[in-house]
Amino acid sequence: MTRIVVTGMGMITAIGKDTGENLESLKTRRHGVGSIKLLDTIHKDELLAAEIRFTNDELAAISGITDGERYTRTSLLGLIAASQAYESGIGKYGDTDNTRTTVVSTTTVGGMDKTEQYYRDFLESSKYSHFVYTHDCSDSTRQISDHLGIRHLNSTLSTACSSSINAILIGAKMIKHGLADRVIAGGTDALSKFTLNGFNTLMILDKGHCRPFDASRTGLNLGEGAAYIVLESEAAAKKDNKKIYCEINGYANANDAYHQTASSPDGYGPYLAMKEALDISGLKPSQIDYINAHGTGTDNNDLTEGLAIEKIFAPDIPPVSSTKPYTGHTLAAAGVIDVIFSILSIQQQLIFPNLNFSRKIEELSFEPVRELQQAEIDHVLTNSFGFGGNDSSLVLSKY
Amino acid sequence: MSLVIRKYCAIRDGRIRVDGEAVFSYEGQDGFKKFIRTAYKHFQTDYPKFFKMDNLSKLGFLSVEILLKGEDILKLHPAEKTGIILTNASSSLEIDEKHFESIKDRGQYFPSPSNFVYTLPNIMAGEAAIRHKIKGENTVLINKYFDPELIFILVELAFKSKSLSCCICGWVEQYENNYESLLFMVEKDNNNSAEDIIFEPSNLANIYKRNNEDGRINTKA
Amino acid sequence: MEELIQKLKEEIIEVLNLEEMEPGDIDPDAPLFGEGLGLDSIDALELIVLLEKNYGIKIEDPKDGRKIFFTLRTMAEYITEHQK
Repeated sequence: MTRIVVTGMGMITAIGKDTGENLESLKTRRHGVGSIKLLDTIHKDELLAAEIRFTNDELAAISGITDGERYTRTSLLGLIAASQAYESGIGKYGDTDNTRTTVVSTTTVGGMDKTEQYYRDFLESSKYSHFVYTHDCSDSTRQISDHLGIRHLNSTLSTACSSSINAILIGAKMIKHGLADRVIAGGTDALSKFTLNGFNTLMILDKGHCRPFDASRTGLNLGEGAAYIVLESEAAAKKDNKKIYCEINGYANANDAYHQTASSPDGYGPYLAMKEALDISGLKPSQIDYINAHGTGTDNNDLTEGLAIEKIFAPDIPPVSSTKPYTGHTLAAAGVIDVIFSILSIQQQLIFPNLNFSRKIEELSFEPVRELQQAEIDHVLTNSFGFGGNDSSLVLSKY
Repeated sequence: MSLVIRKYCAIRDGRIRVDGEAVFSYEGQDGFKKFIRTAYKHFQTDYPKFFKMDNLSKLGFLSVEILLKGEDILKLHPAEKTGIILTNASSSLEIDEKHFESIKDRGQYFPSPSNFVYTLPNIMAGEAAIRHKIKGENTVLINKYFDPELIFILVELAFKSKSLSCCICGWVEQYENNYESLLFMVEKDNNNSAEDIIFEPSNLANIYKRNNEDGRINTKA
Repeated sequence: MEELIQKLKEEIIEVLNLEEMEPGDIDPDAPLFGEGLGLDSIDALELIVLLEKNYGIKIEDPKDGRKIFFTLRTMAEYITEHQK
């Protein structure tokens, strides 16, 4: 039985441009949600978001590329996070990597940020026509692979907000079945008018700060970010004397088969995903020390996720928290950002607080963790649920 | 473990074929919308939500519908062990543009919530899952062309590591009046029928190729 | 009122893509959601857009929709009361 381990990670979110900065923010309750400054939208003054406060030029400078104007914001964020992951898990990047390293990346908006900016120009001149090609979701994956020098497979998937957990799931399977030696798996999504307006029409954006698992919650805050992890087989990691951050112990994806956007009233899809991930890991529910919840702050998600958690864990529900109040909901990147937070949780033996909570949801028996907590953490369960009823869960274990 | 194609359904150029046999043909040259509506009526599908879907989901939905016609999928396979793995090239581009148009003008700013929902390509997999109560693994991948190798790898992995018992998989591509779908119902080989086609890249490629040729095709021969 | 109800019937059929329906099929006093027309939460949001677009009425809390869109008649009454 091949065991899958994590040997590298990298991220950029509204609370930090690398893993260290993110950890520091999590520990000091420094969240990234605020008024919108960079995105040019009519909702600037009425909606909050977790924006990364770097312009595209600044992001290009961080990622060390000289022709930054050719890249979309989604690609730039992806490049930064993926190269950190590559450096921490594989080594210096940029030379041609002739090994069987694979990129499995995810995004929901792709190059939408540039399309929004230059849509009309496309028709009139060729000045910005290169952004026609970067609109494609798979183009950001290609740019990341090129930047890192990866020549083996690369692949892009899109299953809404559960996307990047599914990238890890597919990456783990590819290694297990000998299709790749290591996989850089994750996701990237820039804020765009497209998603901001879309979520606004669904009336699930909180005008203030999101309050996951709070009785008064009214919706989510959108965020932007990217994160990637490096997956390898335990044998390969040991052979190369790699530092192992954690083991991917169980994973599952299920469909709720209820509604395009809403979870079924009893959260059956979320229940199935969590249960199957636990079954695969061979762990008992009582062995889970912490649940990093999807916890977006919408009425529907938090209630149904909570009910599904209760169905599996009650009466001994492990500590639960959602870190969305820090990073906002970063869509395709959300799952893998939570995975890295879960890894930090195992490394630091810390449970990160669920900010903005004050009152328990009536239908639920538990409330989330409010303060930073020291705890013995060997196994973490993390959830990521998406529109289309697409529900995924991972079990991460201390190595 | 060997996998077999129990059934396949192909839609292209106004024609719908199941296992290579034509089951519906639309002679009109008036585009995708007319075609899909006529086909929906022809198969006497009673599902009013169909009309609320975007065009991509309509194509995906009807492809799965016809593929599973006459099969009691939940009797054959547990809901949790039945997956949907789809690929396409244009993602949800057509409805993306519609949503984009609705937000670009301040004076005419009325984005539609239902359009936005369909700006995710995996909603088509969700729609099929809702209709048939299928609850297993489901994924949508974006790829420039119909890639038998990619579909084979993903589906085989899903069977191996999730002990899937059935998977609906293939290609559902639509942008304006260009549309094409080819779906396979794949199962573990139970030696039920000598006629079953082995699920492997070369067979997927052959079926795709034959479906692109005109005239009657019969791959079981 | 009856005129407005008639107009709403046509608008609803159009924005909610109720292709199989004729205006005459919708009973102005029957519940719009649940079994009746098979409408769901997204349809409710779509009706909120309709109120704003065609009648200039803005609804801030989607939960208010449940009462306003209970039947065609309650919807028409709400429009009559709130239209500027």
